[in-house]
Amino acid sequence: MRASLNALRGSASIAGVATFGCGETPGFTDMELLARSAHAAVADAGLTMRDIDGLCTASASAAMWALPVVECLGLNPRYIDSTMLGGSSFIAHLLPAMHAIRSGQCSAVLVCYGSAQRSAAFGRREIVAARRFLDPQPYEHPYEPMLPVSAYALAASRHMHEFGTTREQLADVAVSARAWARLNPEAFMREPLTREEVLASRKVSDPLTVRDCCLVTDGGGAYVLVSAERARDLPRKPVYVLGNATAVWNRQISSMADLTVTAASQSGREAFAMAGLAPQDIDVVQLYDAFTINTLLFLEDLGFCPKGEGGPFVADGAIAPGGRLPVNTNGGGLSCVHPGMYGIFALIEAVRQLRGDCGERQVKNAHTALAHGNGGMLSSQATALLGTAEAL
Amino acid sequence: MTTPTFEEGAGSMQAFHQDELDAGRLLVQRCSACSRHVYYPRTSCPHCGSAALEWKMPSGLGTVHAVTTVRRKLADGGDLNVSLIDMDEGVRLMSRVDNLAPDAVRIGQRVRARVQVKDGRGLVLFDAIEGGAA
Repeated sequence: MRASLNALRGSASIAGVATFGCGETPGFTDMELLARSAHAAVADAGLTMRDIDGLCTASASAAMWALPVVECLGLNPRYIDSTMLGGSSFIAHLLPAMHAIRSGQCSAVLVCYGSAQRSAAFGRREIVAARRFLDPQPYEHPYEPMLPVSAYALAASRHMHEFGTTREQLADVAVSARAWARLNPEAFMREPLTREEVLASRKVSDPLTVRDCCLVTDGGGAYVLVSAERARDLPRKPVYVLGNATAVWNRQISSMADLTVTAASQSGREAFAMAGLAPQDIDVVQLYDAFTINTLLFLEDLGFCPKGEGGPFVADGAIAPGGRLPVNTNGGGLSCVHPGMYGIFALIEAVRQLRGDCGERQVKNAHTALAHGNGGMLSSQATALLGTAEAL
Repeated sequence: MTTPTFEEGAGSMQAFHQDELDAGRLLVQRCSACSRHVYYPRTSCPHCGSAALEWKMPSGLGTVHAVTTVRRKLADGGDLNVSLIDMDEGVRLMSRVDNLAPDAVRIGQRVRARVQVKDGRGLVLFDAIEGGAA
């Protein structure tokens, strides 16, 4: 690991977080969900919008999204990052923002997102149709895959073929997520869910059923990043960024060299190296579970179990409340919230766990957390390692 | 093939490839520098960066690498196979195994490429061949 990155370890701290409108918010726009989250996160940090001089944001539909966000919030940012890597973006935004804070370019960075994907009149069918023109994939679209789910289904088929991973093991990921969601008042789906119900649910793209797929909800999320020194003077318990790395190997599933190994193996290795930590040091894990296969792939690629052993690792409640490793303690994208891009919500839940704000679902004595974002078709991967003062 | 290369200021690789498909021919690029095949068509080799890509006629043979059945209502066209095919030349592409029931396609199935030309537009499909699953 390069010395400059090691020097950034713990140099910045997440001082405020917030979510707004997770679930169903008819009538709200993307921007309103973002703005309500942003204001709440800034207030949570003990700051005002006038203190914000850095902005990170991204949108799945608007190409120049930072502009209306600046306009709506009345910001005058000295640092702007609107890099759009899909759902991993808001975790990938961390390291550049740490550099910007360290250099003095800015002092308080607001990272924010909002989407009314569930309630919007411009629905998923229209978006899929528009993307065929705006962002063509001429070597995949003619075969009519149901993207993104078919891409993840292809990866799941390969994992099952190579490692003997079972449908039941995939179902257990959804069941575990739901068990956590039942402890989270903010989660969208809180009814009990059994393995049998997952297996019997509607097939979408084999081997994945609708219960293997993330929710489609509305929601906004935001966090505020400041220097570690400044965070100590702010009201909330600081959560330090110990490591962060991002990797992209491909965009299309047909261009993925090995369907069972994602770029999380690179982002994880580099983030752990920056943090000086190993998987066994991590108390709580938040993974972007767009589909049940994601949780298996990321547990393997991030080093929580050997390649191919993700299935047995998650089986029988091992990542559910009371299991050996707490994973996706808010209920994840599968049962809590998934407004188009989930990455920021994984990070926010990690912060809440480290602060001890999680009520019934609180993991005891959590001092280190991993938050992992995924984007595209297993395409972009961003890993963040966070810790309390005890982990510095 | 006598195709203009990137270095000679060629036109669109994608357009050339599609024109060939429309004429019923599947061509795959091969890098003269590193000898690896490349698909989908590009202006430079993603393996070594060379722009010396030549067009080759592949054997057409391949193996199903990954498989899914897209579940659709009959009104939307019914169930559909989507597969990733590894061609024997070492390239992978998305396609469909067209001569089996959608959910009867298995990983390891040997397949042969066929260009379907419909309304003047060519599309690479695959048919399962004898030899079955590897």
